[in-house]
Amino acid sequence: MNLQVENISVELEKKGILRNVSLEVRSGEFVGLIGPNGSGKSTLLKSIYRVLKPRSGWITLDGDDVYKLTSRQNAQRMAAVRQETSVEFDFSVTEIVNMGRAPHKRLFQSDNAEDVRICEEALQRVGMHTYADRSFFTLSGGEKQRVLIARALVQQAQFLVLDEPTNHLDVRYQLQVMDLVKNLGITVLSSLHDLNIAAMYCDRLYVISEGEIVTSGTPEEVLTPNLIRDVFGVETEVTTHPITGKKHVYFYSEAIRVKPSIQKVMSGAN
Amino acid sequence: MDWSKGEQTIIWDIRFPRVLLGAIVGAGLSVVGVAIQSLVRNSLADPYVLGVSSGASVGATLVIIFGAFSMYGQYALSFGAFTGSLVSIILIFTLSRIGGQNSTVRLLMAGIAISAILSAITSLLVFSAPNEHGIGTVLFWLSGSLAGGKWEYLTIPTLIVVICLIVLMAQYRSLNAMLMGEESAGTLGVNTVQFRKLLLVITALLTGVIVSIAGSIGFVGLMMPHIVRVMVGSDHRRVLPVSALFGAIFLIWVDVVARLAFAPEELPIGILTALCGGPFFIWLMLRSSYSFGGSGR
Repeated sequence: MNLQVENISVELEKKGILRNVSLEVRSGEFVGLIGPNGSGKSTLLKSIYRVLKPRSGWITLDGDDVYKLTSRQNAQRMAAVRQETSVEFDFSVTEIVNMGRAPHKRLFQSDNAEDVRICEEALQRVGMHTYADRSFFTLSGGEKQRVLIARALVQQAQFLVLDEPTNHLDVRYQLQVMDLVKNLGITVLSSLHDLNIAAMYCDRLYVISEGEIVTSGTPEEVLTPNLIRDVFGVETEVTTHPITGKKHVYFYSEAIRVKPSIQKVMSGAN
Repeated sequence: MDWSKGEQTIIWDIRFPRVLLGAIVGAGLSVVGVAIQSLVRNSLADPYVLGVSSGASVGATLVIIFGAFSMYGQYALSFGAFTGSLVSIILIFTLSRIGGQNSTVRLLMAGIAISAILSAITSLLVFSAPNEHGIGTVLFWLSGSLAGGKWEYLTIPTLIVVICLIVLMAQYRSLNAMLMGEESAGTLGVNTVQFRKLLLVITALLTGVIVSIAGSIGFVGLMMPHIVRVMVGSDHRRVLPVSALFGAIFLIWVDVVARLAFAPEELPIGILTALCGGPFFIWLMLRSSYSFGGSGR
């Protein structure tokens, strides 16, 4: 699946949230969207998964305007893992995952053996098959996120949009969820707030600030102290991670620096 | 078996249609409760609590007292009640969504206000009536009764309740998806704009037809779906039919109590459902999972 976002502008309550944003996700790519809070990340994703229609510009999936497809056709091609607001109604894990079959089903049509198998497989794949009958309420944040990813898998869409999938998760679950998404082998666009996670998993990054795309490229090209200072307003040291070989960003505050004498010892000077 | 003529009249012409009416009204109220809860994504919703029944009462009163919609003949009453409830549900739904986020507080407050206004209008209409209908009629619209259960009145409500139940059953996946929030439902392939309209019309239709024959009977649509969800979970494929069944059984028995408790005087059935439903509603509100105004939206 190839996503093209061409020159879209979005307004909310007369305020411009996105201005002339263009973005491309090529088939099989894992693309990250980074930017400070309020920069328009969620808004951009929402217009891609059709919740907020842009005022101008267009969004195409494999050449088809997503706003011209029906909800159903769209859900067969594109799945979204959103930051779920609290679910007030008590569904079991299986019931939640099963909702992903909706775009493939007609009125009255109930689940057949094939649907059951698809749901079981998806739960297996995210490692939640032993939780099938548990109430969604009782799950931890990471478990919920994995169930929602299973639901996206059940949709059998070839393009996946994720809105800060690692938000509120412990480190272990952050990596687990990202590993999972990375290994799906489908086209992914994800907003991320953790720059190191973005560097580790993404093929390319788009940086958004105040509703505009500032720059894009591989994490190596994009993640520089200058850019991070300009966009996020913080000082950083960017090095290469010794194990992964990916870019790694060290943040620091001017208020807290190592004393010069210790710095000397650490840098190996006698 | 040999029945006297009198016994046959009592059982076949009086009791039996009344029991059937109780079943239909109970089932219909539960189904409309399920629909409206999916629509506003809030399990505290109910046509009575939100004032949809009051809207239906206004419409029905206009028909009875002033002969509105007389061009629809015998369907005038149902049509009037349907129009009244459609207007009020659209009003409440719109009010609760102004300013983006629709919260529980805003929804219930809109319901209280609309319900108060519309009930007052009903009372006003009845008191200003040219002929002698009086207080008994007001009581009927505000508290409900199954005393109007006659064979000839059963056809329309039965048809509407059955058709609405079938339509909703056909859409059970969309109803489920709506509970995840409208935006999520959209990504799951639900055409939310159209589906919302369908739910609004079904809610108005069911409430209208029920109110036009049995008055405002409150809280059944709140209690039944809730009890059923505790038993079978939230999947609408099960919630809908089981709620309809429970609602039918519940209302038949409440009506028995209403007839017998102060015999030979008959209690308006809405008084009894409110006596059960009011405390139930308060208990639901107090449970910690409903954080008002905060995350419970």
